[in-house]
Amino acid sequence: MASEVLMPALSPTMTEGKIARWIKSEGDPVRAGDVLAEIETDKATMEVEAVDEGVLAKIVIPEGTDHVAVNTPIALIAENGEDVAAELAAKAKAPPPAPPPRLAPRVPAAAAEPPPVPALDATEYAGPTTTMTVREALRDAMAEEMRRDPDVFLLGEEVAEYQGAYKVSQGLLQEFGAKRVIDTPITEQGFAGVGIGAAFAGLKPIVEFMTFNFAMQAMDQLINSAAKTRYMSGGQMAAPIVFRGPNGVAARVAAQHSQCYASWYAHVPGLKVVAPYTGADHKGLLKSAIRDPNPVIFLEHELVYGESFPVPDDPEYLVPIGRARIARAGVDVTIVAFSRMVKLALEAAEALAKLGIAAEIVDLRTLRPFDVETVVASVKKTNRIVAVEEGWPFAGIGAEIAAIVMEHCFDWLDAPLVRVTGKDVPLPYAANLERLAVPQVADIVAAAREVTYR
Amino acid sequence: MPVKRKVEAVPLAANAVAAPRLSPDRLTRFYADMLLIRRFEERAGQMYGMGLIGGFCHLYIGQEAVVVGMQAALEAGDTVITSYRDHGHMLACGMDPKGVMAELTGRRGGYSHGKGGSMHMFSREKNFFGGHGIVGAPVPLGTGLALAHRYRDDGYISVTYFGDGAANQGQVYESFNMASLWKLPVVYVIENNRYGMGTSVDRASARTDLFHRGVPYGITGEQVDGMDVVAVHEAGLAAAAHTRSGQGPVILEMLTYRYRGHSMSDPAKYRTKEEVDRMRTEHDPISHLRQRLLDEYRVADSELKAIEKAARDRVVEAAQFAQECPEPDPSELWTDVYAEA
Ligand SMILES: Cc1ncc(C[n+]2csc(CCOP(=O)(O)OP(=O)(O)O)c2C)c(N)n1
Ligand SMILES: [Mg+2]
Repeated sequence: MASEVLMPALSPTMTEGKIARWIKSEGDPVRAGDVLAEIETDKATMEVEAVDEGVLAKIVIPEGTDHVAVNTPIALIAENGEDVAAELAAKAKAPPPAPPPRLAPRVPAAAAEPPPVPALDATEYAGPTTTMTVREALRDAMAEEMRRDPDVFLLGEEVAEYQGAYKVSQGLLQEFGAKRVIDTPITEQGFAGVGIGAAFAGLKPIVEFMTFNFAMQAMDQLINSAAKTRYMSGGQMAAPIVFRGPNGVAARVAAQHSQCYASWYAHVPGLKVVAPYTGADHKGLLKSAIRDPNPVIFLEHELVYGESFPVPDDPEYLVPIGRARIARAGVDVTIVAFSRMVKLALEAAEALAKLGIAAEIVDLRTLRPFDVETVVASVKKTNRIVAVEEGWPFAGIGAEIAAIVMEHCFDWLDAPLVRVTGKDVPLPYAANLERLAVPQVADIVAAAREVTYR
Repeated sequence: MPVKRKVEAVPLAANAVAAPRLSPDRLTRFYADMLLIRRFEERAGQMYGMGLIGGFCHLYIGQEAVVVGMQAALEAGDTVITSYRDHGHMLACGMDPKGVMAELTGRRGGYSHGKGGSMHMFSREKNFFGGHGIVGAPVPLGTGLALAHRYRDDGYISVTYFGDGAANQGQVYESFNMASLWKLPVVYVIENNRYGMGTSVDRASARTDLFHRGVPYGITGEQVDGMDVVAVHEAGLAAAAHTRSGQGPVILEMLTYRYRGHSMSDPAKYRTKEEVDRMRTEHDPISHLRQRLLDEYRVADSELKAIEKAARDRVVEAAQFAQECPEPDPSELWTDVYAEA
């Protein structure tokens, strides 16, 4: 019986990909390990190898096809001498066999369809937009700023030839050359310091950390050299620099590769800390960060890179650092979130609406300087607040929001603030435990019901 | 002092070797510069004892030849960075002793308006990039200054000073690797004064020939008698010319010695008094040069005496300024945290 070759997943978060090229043609003999095809996602390229010996009997998905969902059969391999034509003919009549049961589906089936594109906050921008992924919005932000200012350059591991570990810097080397798109050795403390030194000299580096987990090795340079120098020099010298990269919980990579550092950096005077969610905010805030004369920690999220949003075309579209955004208006409860948690909060708001609870979602966008005004105004309206973050609860952003609310609008509260946070444990690997450790939509719904007593 | 030793991972550029014989004027200048640092540091020590200077205060006494010989090998436009034992570097960069001393006393007339103190001072104007309290941290920063020179192609170089203790920090080697890989214009000056705080080099370093430390990265290193300002200057000229010509970094290990404690409170148990006395009497860079100026260069004793008086006067003036200058206005607490975007 012919065996199916399935569309593989290149990463735990991949839902679909493109068949870039068929290396083998129909009728070619194949041996286990032979490369059959090349597939591509926006992040990576991979070869599909044959696992069985036989003949490539049928190419089901032709080359060049995009948006092929993971696990879709893309080819059939027949055992030598087998009559595939007959089998195919038979198959065409019979209903297709049920797919083999899978233990833990990596993605819900619906995820294979393109997600609905949320609307842009029209109060901010009325010009033309293009729908693109967050990854592309970040790339465009960097490219535009590099075109605008020759002192801006990008430095980091795999940013140039490899096009970015998460493909954020795609095409930048080609446009700007090796002088301005610099691959570094794997040496976080070293290249963070090199970037800061160059910034002291007046250049405007963008330093990419492959993920913020690895920035721990550079923490001393970020805090002691970047954040404090303006103050310690009486304003003579400073680091106009951006440190950016994915932060927060990734999928199934366990504790050392999955952590939210927002509260760590937000603790430090001298740093600005940004953690956007929408594509427009990623672009507008990254451009603001690059132009900002202070060191900015720009926290992205791996699970958001592939999401699509309408993004303003105007190269002067800047989102100011330090201003939160009302992502959804409501009157019954304020839900404060940032980065990927905004998406979950919006989903929770949908569910709450069905229960008759109108949640107002505040997308913080910036963590330092903190937009006290927007949060407090919302609490004064709703009298109830839930603070959501992926990070750990102790001394986290939610704890800070609780203090801010106490200081500014205690008398307006009708219920104590409730936090939804990552659990107070290193992030586990097992799928079920990971789900338990990371905030889910249901947790936000439950917290909102708790503070509204409904 | 051992004679000059060298390890040539790459030969130093041919154009870099011929150091001109120094004129008496030039050497007299070195004398004046070293003396100013010595007198300044002595005075800082006294003022610390009087409670006018707080916190950590690391004196440079004994090491003056290193920074004076080295800085004289540079061009205006070259950038300089060092650690916390930085008063000498600032004076050698031409920063005003008044502003340095007023920073030590934490007054508004200090280079950092009283917000940095002994270990954290900077001067944009003099291209002095600090003054850093974290051992090893200035090495990547100085490498970044070199990257900026390369990026702008301005023909200037970075001189990055650090200690024998700092030489064991991992980020030093991360920097060596990048600097050599990218052929950055940087001279790494290791000021080997034989001790970290109280840990001698041989108790901290598996191999004590620190000028070898760049070999795995293809960086030429040279060991220099750091108590001889002329030797330092010649090595500095060669190293600067080499790296300025685009051939990558150079390491200069300066064998030097600090006479005073690591900072003001020092147990003085980790070395003998005899060792310190021997270095002071037999190798002092300043008295050594004074003798040469008199004997070899026939400079008049009265001229040297005038220099000595001038140094003392400048330090007295600086000390006075640093004591009379008011403390920073309380509003300064909140300034310079951020710049307006
Ligand atoms: C990262 C770090 N660790 C420890 C210290 C404390 N400390 C200050 S100076 C010093 C010794 C450094 O010795 P060296 O580099 O030889 O410089 P020197 O004091 O001799 O000029 C130590 C351990 C520090 N400032 N930074
Ligand atoms: Mg030392």
